[in-house]
Amino acid sequence: MTEQTGTKTLENNNPSVFRRYGSQMGIIGVGLFIWFAFIFAAPDVFTDYRIYAAFAQTTPQFGIIALALTFVVITGEMDLSFPSIMALGTAIFCLLVKAHVFWPVALIFAFFTGVVCGLINGYLVAKLTIPSLVVTIGTSFLYRGLELVLMSGTGVPLTEDMYPEMHALLRMPLFDFPIQTLWMILFAILFAILLNRTKFGAHVFLVGDNPVSARLMGINVVRVKILSFILVGVVSVFAGLLTSFYGFYFWPTTGDGFLLNTIASVFLGGTSVFGGTGSILGSFVASYIVGAINAGIVSAGINAFYTQLCFGLVIIISVVLQTIIDRKVRKQSITSN
Amino acid sequence: MNTTISKDTRDKPVIELINVSKTFGEVKSLSQVDFKVYPSEIVGLLGDNGAGKSTLVKTVMGFHVPDKGGEIYFKGNEINDWSVSRARSLGIETVYQERALCEKQSIWRNMFMGRELRNSLGLLDVKKMRSESEKLMKEHMRFTSTAVHPDNTVATMSGGEKQGVAITRALYFEAELVILDEPTMGLSLTETKKTLEFVKNIKKAGKSAIFIDHNIFHVYPIVDRLYVLDRGKIAGVYNKQDISMEELIESLYEVARTGKI
Repeated sequence: MTEQTGTKTLENNNPSVFRRYGSQMGIIGVGLFIWFAFIFAAPDVFTDYRIYAAFAQTTPQFGIIALALTFVVITGEMDLSFPSIMALGTAIFCLLVKAHVFWPVALIFAFFTGVVCGLINGYLVAKLTIPSLVVTIGTSFLYRGLELVLMSGTGVPLTEDMYPEMHALLRMPLFDFPIQTLWMILFAILFAILLNRTKFGAHVFLVGDNPVSARLMGINVVRVKILSFILVGVVSVFAGLLTSFYGFYFWPTTGDGFLLNTIASVFLGGTSVFGGTGSILGSFVASYIVGAINAGIVSAGINAFYTQLCFGLVIIISVVLQTIIDRKVRKQSITSN
Repeated sequence: MNTTISKDTRDKPVIELINVSKTFGEVKSLSQVDFKVYPSEIVGLLGDNGAGKSTLVKTVMGFHVPDKGGEIYFKGNEINDWSVSRARSLGIETVYQERALCEKQSIWRNMFMGRELRNSLGLLDVKKMRSESEKLMKEHMRFTSTAVHPDNTVATMSGGEKQGVAITRALYFEAELVILDEPTMGLSLTETKKTLEFVKNIKKAGKSAIFIDHNIFHVYPIVDRLYVLDRGKIAGVYNKQDISMEELIESLYEVARTGKI
């Protein structure tokens, strides 16, 4: 026992890589494990690059939102309205182009729609302090309803001749690499810098950890939360466009089925539901795990009914493991070892 | 009411509150309070639980906005858009009773909360904040245990160490005025002694402090002037040389019984 105590002191003296990046390493481990399991189950499929090309095209459609949602979850809030914002922003884009607005201008208005949606969510949650689950269930119907009314429930074809630039930006592979994943990597780098290397990012952690302390130290809690919701709004519109151009068609139901995948990615990535901790890297890796389970089960020749079962197991086991590791780390006091 | 004003000849007060009231719904937590702190002066704030000490401190700090009609002056200039970030940028720092720490975050994030250091690109200078935190913990707080590492989360620290972070944070930024709201609460004897030593050093450095503590034996020896607060009102102001500790204790009992001195 005495020996153990000795090593503990050493560890405390300089927090080990494991202590600092434990949950990120955990999620990467889970990802590798699932990958090897799939290779083992269906070696033919999972040694073929095409299966990876398929993940790489579809995962970012919700993964990019998971990256932005990480900010909101770290502040201790939740946004359930992003699937509706995906559809509403894309609808605005389609309608404006149909009304002969130059496409880049339409794009700006589409993103602006995302800003307004996020602003409404953030204002109601942060300024009026209504629980975010309640607010965003409400705005989810509001934005979806508005979109359905605007589109009268009809879809819009998004062919390559009509939108050559948009297809080049959002769908066509770049140097034979799926451009969707390039976007996801770009967003991940930008968001990691935003979260870890800016004042705003620092305040996101502090606000989620203890909003009263943050206010006492002069941090504008309302502003930080509103900005986080706006980030999700804008990124949702981008993801809506990405999804629609991938399918060459805008469906008024765009975003349906994205909700649970996206939220699962954030939690699987180690971001705490209580706020205050989380990482972009975690959400990034977790998104691909979620994407891989969805596509991988079927590709591996396992009955598709197993998808959800497997999905549920991975999420529950990962979250339980993270919680246990977390408790272990926090229980250690510097002096009382 | 004892209103000794013998400081007229001195500089302008660092902070001055005139006729400040603060109402929460139906409750009047502060009622027409006049309060000031001069440069290199330590002011003690005494009063029972619920007397309004914390409310007064949070009003000075810009956390609470006073009711209409109250005036706040910083070094003689009236300030209308008082806020925590404004107060901190002018050099007022507080060690709160509740410590105001974010426990899941690292020491360096807590140390620089709301005042993060940035490099020329506008990005956080994490390296500098880490090394500064380490230096401060060792030199300033004299943490003898080498276990203190800037990347450790505050949740892993003892009560005294947490208080150390809160105090160091307030002193690091070379504040003009440091407010300490019951800083010795929950501390061990040695930690208390160390904290009181800090308060004395503030005065030596030519800065001011507001010192709030339940324990009159802590407050009396180090302050220059004393305010006694009762049910949101200033019940008395004393220069220390005009009142002995025994008289002070006597009048505190009197206030508690009657609300008057």
